[in-house]
Amino acid sequence: MQDLDNILSSFEGKSGELIPVLQKIQNELGYLSEEAMLRAAEFLNIPESKVFGVASFYSQFRFTPTGRNKITVCEGTACHVKGAKGIKEEISRIKGIEDGETSSCMEYTLEGVACIGCCALAPCITINDDVHGRLDKKKVSDILKEI
Amino acid sequence: MNNSKRTEKVLVCCGTGCVSAGSEKILDSFKKKLSDSDFDVKPTGCHGYCQQGPLVVTEPDGVLYARAGEEDVQEIVNSHIENGKTVDRLLYKDPVTKDPIPRYSEIPFYKKQNRIILRNCGYINPEDISEYEKKGGYLAVRKVLEEMSPEEVIGSIKKSSLRGLGGAGFPTGLKWEFCYNAKSDQKFIICNGDEGDPGSFQDRSVLEGDPHSLLEGMMIGGISTGAVKGYIYVRAEYPLAVKRLNIAVKQAREKGYLGRNIFNSSRDFDIEVFLGAGAFVCGEETALIRSIEGQRGTPRHRPPYPAQSGLWGSPTLINNVKTYASVPNIINNGTEWFTRMGTEKSKGTAVFSLTGEVANCGLIEVPMGITLREIIFGIGGGTTDGSKFKAAQIGGPSGGCLPADMLDMPIDFDSLKDAGAMMGSGGLVVMNENTCMVDIARYFLEFTQKESCGDCSPCRLGTRQMLDILNDIVEGKAKPEDIELLSELADGVKSASLCGLGQTAPNPVLTTLRYFRNEYEEHINDKLCRARKCKALISYKINPEKCTGCRLCFKNCPENAIEGEAKKTHSIIQSKCTRCGICIEKCPPKISAVECYAGVE
Repeated sequence: MQDLDNILSSFEGKSGELIPVLQKIQNELGYLSEEAMLRAAEFLNIPESKVFGVASFYSQFRFTPTGRNKITVCEGTACHVKGAKGIKEEISRIKGIEDGETSSCMEYTLEGVACIGCCALAPCITINDDVHGRLDKKKVSDILKEI
Repeated sequence: MNNSKRTEKVLVCCGTGCVSAGSEKILDSFKKKLSDSDFDVKPTGCHGYCQQGPLVVTEPDGVLYARAGEEDVQEIVNSHIENGKTVDRLLYKDPVTKDPIPRYSEIPFYKKQNRIILRNCGYINPEDISEYEKKGGYLAVRKVLEEMSPEEVIGSIKKSSLRGLGGAGFPTGLKWEFCYNAKSDQKFIICNGDEGDPGSFQDRSVLEGDPHSLLEGMMIGGISTGAVKGYIYVRAEYPLAVKRLNIAVKQAREKGYLGRNIFNSSRDFDIEVFLGAGAFVCGEETALIRSIEGQRGTPRHRPPYPAQSGLWGSPTLINNVKTYASVPNIINNGTEWFTRMGTEKSKGTAVFSLTGEVANCGLIEVPMGITLREIIFGIGGGTTDGSKFKAAQIGGPSGGCLPADMLDMPIDFDSLKDAGAMMGSGGLVVMNENTCMVDIARYFLEFTQKESCGDCSPCRLGTRQMLDILNDIVEGKAKPEDIELLSELADGVKSASLCGLGQTAPNPVLTTLRYFRNEYEEHINDKLCRARKCKALISYKINPEKCTGCRLCFKNCPENAIEGEAKKTHSIIQSKCTRCGICIEKCPPKISAVECYAGVE
């Protein structure tokens, strides 16, 4: 609760701030908990249903905690043409998690993303904030061994 | 090569592509090694030639080093910078003659471009406002404030025939005029940087490489339409662009270019950066406005257009990143200069991200009216490994796939529309014979179906039904009459959807049906995928003449679909095979006994 108050203290409490508020909560806490969304609704003086409506509309927001390492597979056109599907299948096979899932040890989360804009490096993935490009199945399994 | 002019500057590309290939380490290393000299070592935005990254450029001699590494820095310093001798092994090599080409202006990829919007990208440090100013930055806005009336500015933009570079190509001057004429105490200006099309990164490169050109364009737009507050809506997935934009806004405020009494005039104007939250539909202007208001990003009916009633009900001017970035150029150089480039109805230049199965991937800027052939085979250097060109996908999920016999068509807003594609935000993905056109249509429709906001039924239900049919086709379950049904649904979704997302979502399907109908028919009638992409329509076989019985495929097959004894020929049990392709990967390249065939038995 203390954390949430700290996060909200940098906002004025106008309803138009809803998306930046949710973004900041997610940045700090890693996901949007029910408690956090209720608190945001109260702070911005808008219905709880609206907060959940907005949060569930945008793909950036998530309602469950992520693993310590977030593996994102780019599914942009260039990556698709260059075999992104196979890369994702390989990660799934190695880590035993499907798209959107977090491993039971809370170590890895696997996600597909529309495009990270590194099309010249296709196919590419990001692990946390680092981009890895020009991949094939062999390179992916080597990279996964390092994290 | 020996340099007559000494190197004074080292520019290290720090665009997203080069950073991920390690350019920041190179930058640090140059800085350390040249710290006690008067050399200028600078990070820059995207140079464009991402294929060859990390890129290092020296000025004023204009030498480009390709695929450089941290370990090469010492050699570049010793040989080139201290002794004027280029490090030939790191230079770009002509793909045919293998001769090194030291100067980037001579490299075919750059030679055929005309960089107007990207004029500063790769040449200035985007995190330093004074570098933008040294290149003539913020002169146009001063001219607008001191010498021009709003009518004159809008008149110039109209006369330049600049069209919206976000994809739809609406005349920019007209939009500005509508907003100027709208009566209101409060007006807003928005930059649409929600570049959500998979396969494009032009807006991101401008934001990362030259953010001040966008700020200046927005200032001019604000001053001439009467808006005092601007928003830049940028994707949260572009962290580097967000960081550099925030730095640019901060520096402009400190200089008095944003805030109260900008440039010591009586005008106030400020800009706020707003992070999108990941919804493709927010690229549609009314949806984007709702998103800034803190709502679900669903589009609404137009009219009223945002120029009359936009953000919080006030008149709002909304343009794409590249459109604003073009404005200072037009004010500085005049409308005649601008209209000399391009075609009759599409003036100026277009920025494309050239990717896919093409030898030179990267960011390019070309005059409107250039042909696809000049782009792909001239600048792009042809398809990868000389494979056979099949199609160019232009405009992302709203665009279409154009076949080889359209390579000589001049590209502009109107010719693309006539061909069933559209400029879109400028993604250009090259495809070769290994790309299945039905799979590509399915890929884009899967994307638009997922991103459909669900507000209007033609888009919500229509794209779903279309996707079901396409899934049936790639899985080999479709009936011959499904092609007609698919085409009928596509026409319906196109004509009845509320916003641009639904109205253009069928384009990839319609263009592939128009230009590659035979592939659809083969999938349905012959159960065959000629590109060998659709798993249900291919088969793997072991060539008995080549197989040595090493058992690698046997051991690795997850389905136990391979039979045969050690040191004897193996074979695949087709009824058990799931076409996962592990056998073909595991078979040693020297043997290559596993072969993939189009079609099933």
